[in-house]
Amino acid sequence: MHGFANPARFLRLARWMTPLLLVTGLVLVAGSLAWGLFYAPADRLMGETVRILYIHVPSAWLGMGGWTTIAIASLVELVWRHPLATIAARAAAVPGAVFTAICLATGSIWGRPTWGTWWVWDGRLTSMLVLLFLYFAYLALANAAQKDGIGAGSRVTAIFGLVGAINVPIINRSVVWWNSLHQPASITMGKSAIDPAFLWPLLICALGFSLLFGGVVLARMRAILADFQAEARLRRRAQRELATGRAMSSVEGAAT
Amino acid sequence: MIWPILKRDVVLLLGGGRRGGALLPILFFLAVAMLYPFAVGPDAKLLARTGGGVVWVAALLAAILPLDRLVEPDLEAGFFDQWALRGLAEEWLCAVRIFAHWLCFAVPLMLATPIAAVLLGLSGEQLLTLELGLLAGTPGLAALGVAVAAVTAGLRGGAALAGLLILPLAVPLLIFGAGSLSTGGEGGLALTAAASLVLVALCPFAAGAALRAARE
Repeated sequence: MHGFANPARFLRLARWMTPLLLVTGLVLVAGSLAWGLFYAPADRLMGETVRILYIHVPSAWLGMGGWTTIAIASLVELVWRHPLATIAARAAAVPGAVFTAICLATGSIWGRPTWGTWWVWDGRLTSMLVLLFLYFAYLALANAAQKDGIGAGSRVTAIFGLVGAINVPIINRSVVWWNSLHQPASITMGKSAIDPAFLWPLLICALGFSLLFGGVVLARMRAILADFQAEARLRRRAQRELATGRAMSSVEGAAT
Repeated sequence: MIWPILKRDVVLLLGGGRRGGALLPILFFLAVAMLYPFAVGPDAKLLARTGGGVVWVAALLAAILPLDRLVEPDLEAGFFDQWALRGLAEEWLCAVRIFAHWLCFAVPLMLATPIAAVLLGLSGEQLLTLELGLLAGTPGLAALGVAVAAVTAGLRGGAALAGLLILPLAVPLLIFGAGSLSTGGEGGLALTAAASLVLVALCPFAAGAALRAARE
């Protein structure tokens, strides 16, 4: 793992991985959405509205997966002080928040025709909303900590990332604990209650969105690293100019 | 060694002066409880039904006020560094600080709750459930407060940030605490205490790690 602590090595890998992940993800998402929207059958009970499933379910998985990424990266940052872990955690926060927001929005749109309401204060919906606010808090903290220097701030942000991770299992289990309007998970390890006609486009779509997520995280990590490099370069140039400026003025002083 | 630290923490957190004192959050708590009937109207039945939840929300909002003076002044003054030099871990200092914060914030809050209950027209039975719920939930709230204060100490705009950080984390306490009111305390109180205990167990370590990180 520490082989990638060298940013140059990571960047070499990320340079071709980023477009690869983004393009494959886009192709898979476009293909499976076309399949799900036009070719997969409509549901017997929910009719055509079931098609929102292909966006809602992957974005819910990735909304939770985003915070899991933050938590794992935070742990790596705190325990092994891996320099890229901080950057990975920070890069995963924005796409995670976006997927959580998409999940809430599509769920709300889906709830209107099937449940007859935009929003209910049910366990899963509420904990997903709390997750969105945790993302906002994390981003605000990461921004504030970054302004005050990188070393201390990143560790403090990592601690919050770990404490906030308590919420993820609560979301995952909430449908079981609070048996309410939202259905329990249809897909668990090994078996699925969904007909294969819906399942295949859903799984491909989830894979495509995950690849997109990975591509966005890599792109953001590259952007953050480039920011650091640009800053370091500016600082070096300023020091050099300061030094040569001093030398020039001393030469002028000697001439007069 | 713990006892003098606790005494000092309590004196500093209770006292007024530069640090603001313990009375301010309590007055704020009562002000929020007073505001609610103005907003929804003085319908006694509605107030009695929703008043308990309003007290919980007011308690959470009041818990934001002392956050910026909970850790930061001592961090700046080098209090934690001095004790670390003497070999006392930050986790111990944070655990003591959590207890001191609970004494100075939660105990006055519970004493002020009957006043809020009268303002909102709660029955004696509801008040009892509410007080028991606060007794179970406030240790967790105090622990969370110290952890969030330690995480945001020394950051610019830390006070506003602390409010944003603590509210989503306090949601389980609010759900179980306010939820216990509708069932008359059955089940909800035990869950509130459980959530609170988890926070009390975790937060000293999170706060201690944050204090050590701030030193680097």
